[in-house]
Amino acid sequence: MKDLAEAALNAAQIKGAAYADVRLDERVQQDITVKNGQLAAVSDDASEGFGVRVLVDGAWGFAGSARLKQDEVQEVVERAIRIARASARARSVPVDLGPPVTSRGHYRTPVERDPFTVPLTEKVELLLRADQAMGAVKGVTIREGSMEFIKQTKVFASTEGAYTEQELYESGAGIEATATSPDEVQNRSYPNSFGRHQGAGGYEYITALELDRHGQRIGEEAVALLLAPQCPSGVRTLILDASQVALQVHESCGHPTELDRVFGMEAAYAGTSFMTPEKLKHLQYGSPKVSITADALTPTGLGTFGWDDEGVPAQRSFLIQEGLFVGYLTSRETASVLGQQSNGTMRADGWNRIPLIRMTNVSLQPGDSTLEQMIAETKDGVYMETNRSWSIDDKRLNFQFGTQLAYEIVNGKRGRMLKNATYAGITPEFWNSCDAVGGKSEWQVWGLANCGKGQPPQVAHVAHGAAPTRFQNVKVGILK
Amino acid sequence: MKSIEVARLTEEGELKRFMVGLLQRSPAQQTEVMVTEWDSALTRFANNGIHQNVAERDVSVRVRVVKDGKTGVASINQMNESAASDVLNRAVAIAELQPKGEVVPMPGPAKSQRVETWSDATASATPEERADFVEAICARAKRAGLKAFGAYSTGAEQLAIANSLGVLHHHRSTKATVNSVVMGEAGSGYADRGAIDVRQLDKNDLADEVIDKAQRNQNAQPIEPGVYEVVLEEYAVAEMLEFMSFTGFSALAAQEDRSFMRPGERITGESVNIWDDGVDPSGVPTPFDFEGVPKQRVNLIEGGVASGLVYDMQTAQRAGRQSTGHGLPAPNTEGPFAVNLFMGPGTTPKADLASDIKRGIWVTRFWYVRVVHPKASIITGMTREGTFLIENGRITRPVKDLRFTQSMLDALNGTLAISQSTKLEISEYLGAARVPAVRLKAFTFTS
Ligand SMILES: [Zn+2]
Repeated sequence: MKDLAEAALNAAQIKGAAYADVRLDERVQQDITVKNGQLAAVSDDASEGFGVRVLVDGAWGFAGSARLKQDEVQEVVERAIRIARASARARSVPVDLGPPVTSRGHYRTPVERDPFTVPLTEKVELLLRADQAMGAVKGVTIREGSMEFIKQTKVFASTEGAYTEQELYESGAGIEATATSPDEVQNRSYPNSFGRHQGAGGYEYITALELDRHGQRIGEEAVALLLAPQCPSGVRTLILDASQVALQVHESCGHPTELDRVFGMEAAYAGTSFMTPEKLKHLQYGSPKVSITADALTPTGLGTFGWDDEGVPAQRSFLIQEGLFVGYLTSRETASVLGQQSNGTMRADGWNRIPLIRMTNVSLQPGDSTLEQMIAETKDGVYMETNRSWSIDDKRLNFQFGTQLAYEIVNGKRGRMLKNATYAGITPEFWNSCDAVGGKSEWQVWGLANCGKGQPPQVAHVAHGAAPTRFQNVKVGILK
Repeated sequence: MKSIEVARLTEEGELKRFMVGLLQRSPAQQTEVMVTEWDSALTRFANNGIHQNVAERDVSVRVRVVKDGKTGVASINQMNESAASDVLNRAVAIAELQPKGEVVPMPGPAKSQRVETWSDATASATPEERADFVEAICARAKRAGLKAFGAYSTGAEQLAIANSLGVLHHHRSTKATVNSVVMGEAGSGYADRGAIDVRQLDKNDLADEVIDKAQRNQNAQPIEPGVYEVVLEEYAVAEMLEFMSFTGFSALAAQEDRSFMRPGERITGESVNIWDDGVDPSGVPTPFDFEGVPKQRVNLIEGGVASGLVYDMQTAQRAGRQSTGHGLPAPNTEGPFAVNLFMGPGTTPKADLASDIKRGIWVTRFWYVRVVHPKASIITGMTREGTFLIENGRITRPVKDLRFTQSMLDALNGTLAISQSTKLEISEYLGAARVPAVRLKAFTFTS
């Protein structure tokens, strides 16, 4: 590995690169799906390769290949250089990376039980037990459970002298029960929706979820939802469960604070951001209850690592402090435009893609309330749990979310179950209406393994710490 | 200089020898091997300049084995003898270590239609050619006092699939796509193009459309949300079709009672015809699916009536019929997927679609569409980069982007006119849709 990295950097310098870095990346992944009482899919995927990023005449070039061979290294470097020269013909301002980054070291995700040594039968049996619990509920028509394990070995080396090695582990699982009627499809899932709950760690992360203990409950809820009344339309107090808050933070704070989006680098695809530089330290993004950090050191977070893919050490910084917008997620190139230094958020989706600014663990800091207390204080409201649909505009202002489950809240008490619940709002108005955040005991880190960005498309695994949170005067019940 | 840039794919004979060798070596009762190999490049631009510029070569060798009624799947991204043994061993180990499950049958050999989807010009496109194309768009935007953003990609790919029952298919293809957003001080426009042959992408034609759209979409004012008559351009129609495919056209969705399709019933306006055709050269054809079954044309909605679904081997077995050639790579729990979509053209010139609208909205494209209620086919999303008010048959002014929450079937039930021209929209992931622009009687904007 080290030889190939050195060869790539030498070749790049000889051919005229002012800066070059190389990433060698090896990933193994196991996926297991159990459906309707049967093992439906098991796969074991392996991928390895390397990517070389070069700066020539102030412009970027990148090329990657799956063939880890010396002759291929030479050819890939040549390709990257030629691409960079073509970029230079049509670039705007030259790239300035700011001060050099010279990190060295080794990082490994803390793992108690290596998921790749856990027998397949043990994993399948756990999923089958959870499946059985869902299957015991009359009216559940589809049951599905899945697990995913990833081990990634990464080497990063640059012409500035950085050399880091990382071994990153992820473990994830989830179950879902579906019930249908002629007009409706209702589902309930645990612990989160869209497949899985995932974290940086070993099999202990899966064991702690106790999947089999939640099968029956979600089955019963899915069936009950078919008969529940539709969430009525109105402007109400809204209380969200922690997992939905996590997604709300992701879409309405994580993405708009990505500095590459702010500078238009994603404009033709994911969009731009309403959080432009003149608003920094001026915009009252939320109420004083709202503090949001980006923290790549959070235990079990999918955005936890030793160094980012530019070699910048993992760190913690504030994006929102007591409601005030105070910081961005940055890279070397974008930070230098604002006269700052990168806060280490550049990550690539494998060896064949360039790093982009990605959320690390972007978390709403715990407050001092509890879910019980929030409900008790609410006269007329709706409680919503577990995401079902999400959509937000390209500047990250106008959003609409739907959840799997909801309850009405009447005079401080939880009332009827409601189906097809949705809520909508405008980002700063919404966060400024936040008047209670749950405390440490209800605060949890939620993994999100499907964040899309970039062209060609990349998927990032990120996380969000969140607790149940309350908002006032929110438009709910968009479906009539 | 040009020679090193020709897309490098393994020669067909060598690829087939590798696959047959792997099959012969397998200790399982049934074995399938699928190879996807690609060499692609993408030049990205922002603020009138190139800011990211990448290329990659990769391969995926995917093996499925069935042993004693148990299935294992493994993949590796190397193509050599030791990789073949490794991936085969891992697939077999998975099969051996598991309890019995449902076995998805493998198809036997069947002839697939040959369709030409290769262009030497695309396969040998250089970084300099991509840079020149991008530079031309940026220069036009700059002259107009605007800023261009976007991505231009070219690539070559081959897909081959073989199994121990005698299936052996091979197909190679090229693809070139470009998308662009052009922004002014107070608004933006959008355009994209896609083709098998890069020479069909016309930079001036693209620049004309996106710059015109951006210039007309400055200083948009808000408009009251509500139900409006609309014209949806092809970008929006293609996206809607993809969501219909995703939620309703699959036999698995129907078998699991999740689909909005009600077989034999009229579910949209009578002028609506939607089908899937994997071998029509006016789309982005692939003659066989990821299980090695030749693609059949499937009429999905015919004269407004729900008329068909797409099947893979598993859903076909459950229904006691043949696969239509819409399987995804193993192991697949998502069911079949229609990815070569077509919506039939109408008789109205696109420019005349608005002429009978008293008050309505012209929508260029959708953004961030998500399913809100699958069975009622309700989706939500935003309009983006070109939303205009139509008054007395004419576009009068740009309006601020709106959020819609709308049943797709209800919307298509009010189809008043369909353009006589169609446009090819290549999907970012898989397949493509060739669609017209449409005029719809009622579309619900919620904020
Ligand atoms: Zn995201």
